[in-house]
Amino acid sequence: MSHQSLQVEHQGDHYCGRFFAMASPCELLIDCLDPSVAQQVTQAAANEAWRIEAKYSRYKSDNVMHAINNSHGQPVAIDEETGRLLSFADTCYQLSDGLFDVTSGVLRKAWRFDGSDNIPSKQQIAPLLKRIGWQHVQITPQSLTLPSGFELDFGGIGKEYAVDSVAKICLQLAPHISVLVNFGGDIQVTQPRAAQPYWQVGIERPGEQDNQHAVVHIANGGLATSGDAQRYLLKDGIRYSHILNPKTGYPIQHAPRSVTVAAEQCIQSGLLATLALLQGKDAELFLQQQSVTHWCYW
Amino acid sequence: MQLNSKKSISAALAAASCALLGAPVHAESTINSDAEAWKFDTAILFYGESERVQLLEGVVNASKDFGNEQVFNGKVVIDTLTGASATGAVAQPYVQTFTRPSGKGGYTVAAGDTPLDDTFHDTRVQVSGQWTQPIMEDVRASGGLQFSKEYDYLSIVANGSLAFDFNQKNTTLSAGLSYAMDTIDPVGGRPTDFAMMTASTGHGEGDGYDDDDNENGESSGSESKDTADLLLGVTQIINRRMLMQFNYSLSQSDGYHNDPYKLLSVVNDQGYTQNILYESRPDKRTKQSFFWQTKYAMDQGVVDVSYRYASDDWEIDSHTIDTRLRFDLTETTYIQPHIRYYQQTEADFYTPFLAEGAPLPEYASADYRLGKMSAITLGIKYGMQLDNGDELAFRIEYYQQTPKNPGIDAPGILQGEDLYPSVKALIAQVNYRF
Repeated sequence: MSHQSLQVEHQGDHYCGRFFAMASPCELLIDCLDPSVAQQVTQAAANEAWRIEAKYSRYKSDNVMHAINNSHGQPVAIDEETGRLLSFADTCYQLSDGLFDVTSGVLRKAWRFDGSDNIPSKQQIAPLLKRIGWQHVQITPQSLTLPSGFELDFGGIGKEYAVDSVAKICLQLAPHISVLVNFGGDIQVTQPRAAQPYWQVGIERPGEQDNQHAVVHIANGGLATSGDAQRYLLKDGIRYSHILNPKTGYPIQHAPRSVTVAAEQCIQSGLLATLALLQGKDAELFLQQQSVTHWCYW
Repeated sequence: MQLNSKKSISAALAAASCALLGAPVHAESTINSDAEAWKFDTAILFYGESERVQLLEGVVNASKDFGNEQVFNGKVVIDTLTGASATGAVAQPYVQTFTRPSGKGGYTVAAGDTPLDDTFHDTRVQVSGQWTQPIMEDVRASGGLQFSKEYDYLSIVANGSLAFDFNQKNTTLSAGLSYAMDTIDPVGGRPTDFAMMTASTGHGEGDGYDDDDNENGESSGSESKDTADLLLGVTQIINRRMLMQFNYSLSQSDGYHNDPYKLLSVVNDQGYTQNILYESRPDKRTKQSFFWQTKYAMDQGVVDVSYRYASDDWEIDSHTIDTRLRFDLTETTYIQPHIRYYQQTEADFYTPFLAEGAPLPEYASADYRLGKMSAITLGIKYGMQLDNGDELAFRIEYYQQTPKNPGIDAPGILQGEDLYPSVKALIAQVNYRF
């Protein structure tokens, strides 16, 4: 499927809309049998996903993310939506005691999670650590000032935010139809289905052989998975997950391979899953303390 | 992170999520769960033949998709005809006198002119409705009714069809039936076949001539015609850009086929008109036609070519080639040249005149529309999409019909008259879709 194209097809007792956005296959399950409704919902969903992608992608040069990352220490005007995302990122930074940091993306320059044993040296990591630290970023409701050399990256929240935004649009467009929004495993259901008790979706279980999928029943709310199913390094029998500690510049040790969390909103689920992974071996304990429905795969 | 102090992370995240997502999103218009809004297609068309018929037509076409592929389409057409139409009588080198269709009063035709009935004016109103919906997986049914009313004419048509999709909807087979009931109540009564047209004195109207219809060779009351049509079609998607369609139709009509306003001149061996009669046509007609159409989507336009062959038991065989080429000028504008060529052979009972003294044939008509002819249409359309998404289009076309001598030798003075006058017309249309 090429970018900016979408498919809508009849699938048993519902319609399925598909498109591609944010480097991920995106799927909508629409609890109705009217192809024109399915078409309109899918089109609106795709438009919203592509809008968010275009606005915050690091791989475009005509968007707010590019303006921020090329501001060389100068203040950049931000719009209301960007302000909300930055405010959310700030909350996550505070809640995680600095382990969730949207400026930590520069570590990508040293880490390539391609399954190899290419572990970067301290000498490679040290200069990058000087370019990380949310506490150095100044934000006002209208502007953001990023220290020179810093980079902002919404990779940790962007897709989940898009899922929730798309779900919200689906609810507005089709207030009486249950829609499941699934962007590569990050899921939000707008409301319970009419005739069936739940949607049934498969999520990847990285620990299992043969790419087996766990089947999850979801009636309402959000579901997100964080983990290193494909993105890891392996050296001397030690698996290095792609969840990096922004304070050390090295991967979190002994974390589960993947964590799936259910919550009201997809973005809540995504953040809880990420924060759990950042606890390393205490991931499951953390989730139990938060009293959220979760699945950990070690 | 101290785990024991972070029990409230989940709640704090929930609040933060609410703040993030609580603001209004960039919503598009709300759909109501299935139906779409009404769509309208309106047009005003002018058709003008030089010195003959002029027609002004207004069309409103409304359609609504009620969801689940249930579609209603309604159409209202109103047209007004004015001007003159050839009666079928031949031109003469002297002034001719004719009666009005009503039998009241008369009109004269100058020497050398083709006799025209200049009282031609009528208003036609046509209303139709069509409903289409799926009846099972890959089968759609459609049914409709149409009423058409003119001053002297009423037509009621009912139709029904089924369409079957195959081959992942790349092939559609369709079969349809329609039945039309036409009633004509000619002004001044229906002329009897080959009745003599009585010359009027021209001394004003209401002279009592039509007190007795039979004196005018007219019988009172209306006449009717029933027509049944069968249509079979295949539509095949050849590839992403190309679509092809074949149709076969069979039409059978029964009843009154005459045009009560058409005349025939009876001429002597010098070519002088001795008498003028009303025409006589068979009361049955069976028509078959084969139609092929291909549409090809180019990067910046559409090619649309079609060919139709039609044949009937009146021996009229016709060929039509119709070509439209749409070129997109910009993203919102296009031009579309149009070329159509038509030719037909004459009906076996067509004759431009009758010879005096010869036995009267069973059927005869001098209606130019039943004669041998060719016709060409050249046109161009310019369309644009407006900022609000509505569509506006202009079309202008030139039409020329060239009747031909089917091989009849004109006697005497008729050799100097134009027995097969051509018809030239200009067509202009404005179309607005919203």
